[in-house]
Amino acid sequence: MDYSSILTSGVYGALGPVAIGYVLAAIGLNIHFGYTGLLNFGQVAFMLVGAYGVAISVSTFGLSMWVGVLVGILAAAVLALILGIPALRLRSDYLAISTIAAGEVLRLFYRSSVAEPLTGGVYGLQRFGDELLDLNPVPPGIYEVGPLAFTARDVWLMSVGWGLVALVVIVVYLLIHSPWGRVIRAIREDEEAARSLGKNVYAYKLQSLVLGGVIGALGGMVFTIHQQSAHPDGFDPVVTFFLYTMLVLGGAGRVLGPVLGGLLFWFLMLSFDAFLRELMATGYIPPEILVPSDVGALRLALVGLGLLLLMAFRPQGILGNRREMVLDVR
Amino acid sequence: MSDRNNATAALADVAAEPGVAKPDPILVADNVQRSFGGLHAVDVDHLEMQRGAITALIGPNGAGKTTLFNVLTGFDRGGSGDWRFEGKKMSRLPAHRVAHRGMVRTFQLTKALSRLTVLENLQLGATEQRGEEMFASVVRPLWRRQEREIIERADELLARFRLDHLRDEFAGTLSGGQRKLLELARALMVRPRMLMLDEPMAGVNPALTQSLLEHITDLRDEGTTICFVEHDMDMVMGTSDWVVCLAEGQVIAEGPPQAIGSNPAVIDAYLGKQHGAPPAEELTS
Ligand SMILES: Nc1ncnc2c1ncn2[C@@H]1O[C@H](COP(=O)(O)OP(=O)(O)OP(=O)(O)O)[C@@H](O)[C@H]1O
Ligand SMILES: [Mg+2]
Repeated sequence: MDYSSILTSGVYGALGPVAIGYVLAAIGLNIHFGYTGLLNFGQVAFMLVGAYGVAISVSTFGLSMWVGVLVGILAAAVLALILGIPALRLRSDYLAISTIAAGEVLRLFYRSSVAEPLTGGVYGLQRFGDELLDLNPVPPGIYEVGPLAFTARDVWLMSVGWGLVALVVIVVYLLIHSPWGRVIRAIREDEEAARSLGKNVYAYKLQSLVLGGVIGALGGMVFTIHQQSAHPDGFDPVVTFFLYTMLVLGGAGRVLGPVLGGLLFWFLMLSFDAFLRELMATGYIPPEILVPSDVGALRLALVGLGLLLLMAFRPQGILGNRREMVLDVR
Repeated sequence: MSDRNNATAALADVAAEPGVAKPDPILVADNVQRSFGGLHAVDVDHLEMQRGAITALIGPNGAGKTTLFNVLTGFDRGGSGDWRFEGKKMSRLPAHRVAHRGMVRTFQLTKALSRLTVLENLQLGATEQRGEEMFASVVRPLWRRQEREIIERADELLARFRLDHLRDEFAGTLSGGQRKLLELARALMVRPRMLMLDEPMAGVNPALTQSLLEHITDLRDEGTTICFVEHDMDMVMGTSDWVVCLAEGQVIAEGPPQAIGSNPAVIDAYLGKQHGAPPAEELTS
């Protein structure tokens, strides 16, 4: 059994572009759920409009990738307003319902034949990240760190990705530790109390929804640009479920919660994957019981189990504070 | 106590009858109505509240006191009617704008912001904060000085309400009585001209009640107008300058505290009409 290859798979997963994209999206979700108390079950919709903002601008219209980034950001802001303006006036569960619906509706629309001229439909869009790759200053070659090996392209994209994560974390830190952050945390605790003190709760919730949505869109851009391919089925509802798992694992309402949660989540997911495959390859698990194509479903079940255990034994996550968690809200 | 007499004295010549005009009203309400299905929870023809006075709002359970508060302060937008605050129309303003105008309320069921510290609870009350704008908030120098001033004012209030030793605790760890004090201090951070307190003394131990009452009369003496809902007649008698009694949504009586206890309409409302008109002692005993 090759333990080191299992671990390296995990590390690649935790540092890779998919993890970066998900971490960004989870940071956005943390603003919604962790700080403002908004129930957004469709964060994936923001990732989708962000990713396709770039993909459509470049592959369909031949615009610059940077224009595409702006288009993606704008699309996320507009989506947040469309969802928020009606739903944030109502009880909190209405946002949950409309966001989860928006995610699915958008995915189905983007993959439909009606939208195919724009979105490529079920075939998706490819090769829209060249501009970023062309900027790569890292000399070609293979870069080894212990047992890990990265291409120049990997090094470049991971630096950009984690650099973006660092930047966003700093901005979120400043926001949360400001009077603005105090208002949104107050809204999470009790929006009527915030209102009684003269805060325009509706406007703050909208701001929070837009901000977290835009960060989610950046997440969607990061991993589709890396893959040079955008495909609607990469944005199914389970993505949001993963984001919540990462958030709860790291600690919701902590600035670094989604980062730590994301690293750990992807490390565990991919090392578990590699572990199972290793067991199958070495014959410890015979093919009658499990074949490699089952791994995906099994790991999904495992995430569910993990989330369940987490809720039962450490609901505040790794960075959370138990004492704070058990305070009765209200 | 001399100031108290001022507020009381100003009301001395006012007739003790429902809807009576006051010499210097801060709040004037007309035809305020709110129904839930067929139930007329609030149905007030005319009500004025005197500036600088403590008005107690009494009435049996379900009389509509909280609902009236909710409608007047913009929390319940389902009501109708016209009301003016400091001469300016306030009906149909959303709750946060009502607070900006200077009318600030507290809640019957205290709303401490549990996972904010006691200090943060107070800081939140300050209005016109530059750092509460999203874009300005990331540029600390824009609001650092204002934040310092807010903390200073919050610390003064915390000391005044003897909450300073709890300054950095989560508000969720406070006792019921401490939460009532916190809510009042937090409301004062808004610099209200009128405070609407919904049962500020409910669930507070007697020692703390006394100090709460003193705070309330002190505030009045500093010029804040106060309206509070209270069930305990002793406290109403000892504290208020004027009493308004609500029953089944309507103002059935108002007058100075000494007169209200013997008002037959009030006695009816509390004891039920089937009692006929029992002697006044039954209510005050
Ligand atoms: N949201 C609501 N839906 C339906 N009925 C309501 C609602 N809010 C209040 N009521 C009804 O309106 C009437 C007035 O209630 P309200 O809470 O204003 O009374 P109150 O005078 O504050 O009573 P208490 O002294 O018990 O606090 C009651 O009959 C109550 O059941
Ligand atoms: Mg009430």
